[in-house]
Amino acid sequence: MSMPKQYLDPETECASPEQMRSLQSRRLQHMVRHAYSNVPLYKERMDRMGVLPEDIQSIDDISKLPFTVKDDLRNTYPFGMFAVPKKALVRIHASSGTTGKQTVVGYTKNDIDVWSRSAARALTAIGATKSDYIHVSYGYGLFTGGLGLHYGAEYMGATAIPVSSGNTKRQVQILQDYGSDILCCTPSYAMYIGETAREMGVDTKQLPLRAGFFGAEPWTEHMRQELEAILHIKAYDIYGLSEIAGPGVAFECPAQQGMHINEDFFYPEIIDPDTEEVLPDGAYGELVFTCIGKEALPLIRYRTRDICKLERGTCACGRTLIKMCKPKGRTDDMLIIRGINVFPSQIESVLLSLNLDPNYQIVVDRINNTDSLEVQVEMTADMFRDTLKSLTEIERKIASALHSTLNIAARVRLLEPKSIPRSEGKAKRVIDRRSFT
Amino acid sequence: MQLQQLSVFLENKSGRLARVTQILKESDIDILALCVADSNEYGILRMIVDKPSKAMEELEKARFTVSLTNVIGVIIPDSAGGLATVIELLARQNISMEYIYAFTSRRAGEAMMILRVEDTAAAVDILTSHQVKLATHKELIRE
Repeated sequence: MSMPKQYLDPETECASPEQMRSLQSRRLQHMVRHAYSNVPLYKERMDRMGVLPEDIQSIDDISKLPFTVKDDLRNTYPFGMFAVPKKALVRIHASSGTTGKQTVVGYTKNDIDVWSRSAARALTAIGATKSDYIHVSYGYGLFTGGLGLHYGAEYMGATAIPVSSGNTKRQVQILQDYGSDILCCTPSYAMYIGETAREMGVDTKQLPLRAGFFGAEPWTEHMRQELEAILHIKAYDIYGLSEIAGPGVAFECPAQQGMHINEDFFYPEIIDPDTEEVLPDGAYGELVFTCIGKEALPLIRYRTRDICKLERGTCACGRTLIKMCKPKGRTDDMLIIRGINVFPSQIESVLLSLNLDPNYQIVVDRINNTDSLEVQVEMTADMFRDTLKSLTEIERKIASALHSTLNIAARVRLLEPKSIPRSEGKAKRVIDRRSFT
Repeated sequence: MQLQQLSVFLENKSGRLARVTQILKESDIDILALCVADSNEYGILRMIVDKPSKAMEELEKARFTVSLTNVIGVIIPDSAGGLATVIELLARQNISMEYIYAFTSRRAGEAMMILRVEDTAAAVDILTSHQVKLATHKELIRE
């Protein structure tokens, strides 16, 4: 199969290292002045470190700047780190549920352009054209998935079909009747669409669908093969996080040897998560992004908690945009289950709210390519009743409380006391049986 | 006129029931009646034993979840229709039954049923007022 060589912005996507550095340097200087003048948290932090905007002369000076973490956004919830007045905003998104507070992200008209253009570069890279139907089955709403790819499709002149997620038979119907060319959703949902098509007796070989962008949750090479087989398409990975923009921060090209980062907008670094020292290309560490093209939320050195490595050079697709590998883990205890962020502490607070002892364990698995979440709760004398009916009722109550807090269904299983292994008195809370390698 | 039944929470994994019977054996506790209710993942072991408090203490020491439940031991003639009479009495009064299991009686011509009902006191009243024989703990041990 010949590799499509299509670029939305060839001069940027295939820029020489010098051109890219000069663009990044200019944008960083501008961005730091903007953040320093308009975000009290950055002024305070830079003042404390004795760094002034004038000290930033080139992209190399980025290591002089302070880091930003998710808690900074939570502590300034909802709009405390916005660098523009309300009238300049045109859009708000928020991250999928985390404990207590969401992280809220604002966009100016220009920010939406930056993001749309990033997503449009991604779509163009995998061969989308103006005459394609882009079938978006990511959820539309505060979550960035749906609108991100939607705007990307429109930006490049393709036709966005905003199907959103759910109603899977209708998804198949639309793939068939409209003749969607490219599908965008989470990999597990794509698999479900494929299985539903099969159940409906639809031959995916006969569909015009030829490629898909699947992101918002980790997935494997094995799953790629399964997706490609069941849907008869090429399956590509796309990366993003709402704090930085949304899907399109990085994307796979037809060479499929990592994801190209739109580094003219989102400058990446890899650091040692403990020492905060910048690591060389090729070393695994925590991925950090600095927004050098955005106005409303100009995050500086934002720590993503994703463990990753970077690779520089000219790709087989012709792009020189730096590449990141699929994140191979997290530095915190956050789990991504069916595209939703889940923290063990949320499960603990649900149990406490039901007056139950928080002796629990979380087992995450991937069964038939769909993530499953099982919450195991140790039985206590207070909880125990001697009829199955009442025990089933306890399970149901916990499951429904978990569902309303986490936004995903969890299976609840009652265990005997002290059956969760404890080492040094501390229980291992999470067992993740999914393999992402 | 009520019996104390021991209920133990057991996960469905091998060796758990064996562990319970082992503990009871070591503590010299006699099991008089036993039944297991189970779902896919766990079960409830219900037992009438000669020394319920001691049994509870020993099982809790071994980290089992245990509770004591009041149940009724009904002595019925070991002949056709013996159970029907008792069940009809309770049904007529709308006393609903949680579960029921059979007990071995060593007296010829008699059978014993263990009954767990929603309103134990009301059930005892009805049954005794209709001359149904109920077992006491003392009688069980003496047998």
